Amino acid sequence: MNKVGIIACGVSPFTKNDQKIESVLADSSKDLFLDNPKIQKDDIDAVLISTNNNSKYLSPILSEMMGIQPKIAHTVESLCNSGTNSIVSAYSYIASGLASMVLVAGAERYDSPGQVLEWDNSRGEFKHPVFWASIFSKSYKREYHISEEQLALVSVKNHMQSKKNPNALSNKTYTVEEVINSKKLTDDLRLLDCSRPCTGGASIILASEEITKKTTDVPVWITGIGQKTISASFTKNMSLSSMESTAIAGKNALKMADKDIKEIDVAEIHDAFSVCEPMALEALNFSKPGEGTDMVKDLYVTNNCKINPRGGLIGCGHPLGATGIAQTIEITQQLRSNAGKRQLDNVRTGLVHNMSAAATSSTVLVLEK
Amino acid sequence: MSFEAELRKGEFFIPECRSCDRVIWPPSEFCNQCFGPVSLRKKEYEGKIIEFSKQNNEYFCLVEFEKNVRVLARTLEEPEIGKKVRMSKCGISNGSYFFQVS
Repeated sequence: MNKVGIIACGVSPFTKNDQKIESVLADSSKDLFLDNPKIQKDDIDAVLISTNNNSKYLSPILSEMMGIQPKIAHTVESLCNSGTNSIVSAYSYIASGLASMVLVAGAERYDSPGQVLEWDNSRGEFKHPVFWASIFSKSYKREYHISEEQLALVSVKNHMQSKKNPNALSNKTYTVEEVINSKKLTDDLRLLDCSRPCTGGASIILASEEITKKTTDVPVWITGIGQKTISASFTKNMSLSSMESTAIAGKNALKMADKDIKEIDVAEIHDAFSVCEPMALEALNFSKPGEGTDMVKDLYVTNNCKINPRGGLIGCGHPLGATGIAQTIEITQQLRSNAGKRQLDNVRTGLVHNMSAAATSSTVLVLEK
Repeated sequence: MSFEAELRKGEFFIPECRSCDRVIWPPSEFCNQCFGPVSLRKKEYEGKIIEFSKQNNEYFCLVEFEKNVRVLARTLEEPEIGKKVRMSKCGISNGSYFFQVS
């Protein structure tokens, strides 16, 4: 397999704007070329789009808007996990030799149809994600004797971290009390426990080893990929307090990269809801089962931003198709030491965790410089 | 007779593949092992509450009827983990399934 590197990144601010999906895609994609004059548009072999938007033919549309005539042009959709799935597709095209340079663009609007999985009738009339999130929260609290306050700290920490991210939807910080006293969506979920749908785009260019070395002085390599899909329906999750697909994807990604979780210096974790962060930290083996909130507290009190430095989905907002790409861009910037005010010290290896529909499907990437 | 046609009438059946002796859930027209036809089985189903929460004044709970048949259902009484319940109402409304247990 050919080695695959990341050579360019572009993120547009996450907002509540009513903007056409094509224009959101173009905003973050044109920055790739404006900021990286060494990249020749003619060298782009594939343009992949990540979105849940119902608009058609978006890859040829973006290609035309960018003045690119790629060999390969199509959309990748897998709900919240679309962004990392499209990066894995791009990786595969390059690793197999079918392409040498791939543009991956993700975008979503605040009114995305990807928020509700209509097919899953086993959820009855409770199809909105707040219902599975409430069941997860209740079950996790019950199983490990976790308090609302402990879960609320995830939101406090991630909102605080997003303050340093100019592209984040949120620009506010909250106390544990404010999270707990925010609008009650269910007995087990408050408004500030939730990531918010928004309009946003994120684009990235992946390339072969040869092109990566020629194009950038600070290459970042994708060295590990793990993916697992357990089911599509929420009710097939036999455990409601752990993430099976994440555990498998994480193990396989680390194995491929020949890394131990202790060697991960920074990670983007899919905190669609507060409870998801400790559950994912446990599934990835960052902490033992039931101790994810202890890790969150420890990170918070020591001001250690290694988990979700850009503010997570809770702080940044969650434009589904853009999220996985924005997460990967954050880790890339951390590895390149150009993450601005969010920059962590001595970052050599990073991890991206993304998932869909109550963790029925997960993707984990390992990135190294 | 299909699962949905019966559900529309307020009847809850368990879809199963008789050749593989397996329950097929969520309902499908064929078995995902042998791809043979799915049959519907009717009996008085007793389920148990696996987990629950509450929105406004209404409880919603995850109910397991038999291994692999789990649904999110409404319930009017205060739920308890492990409590035995029966499907008291079900159907299709605005294109979406609904279940109520008691």
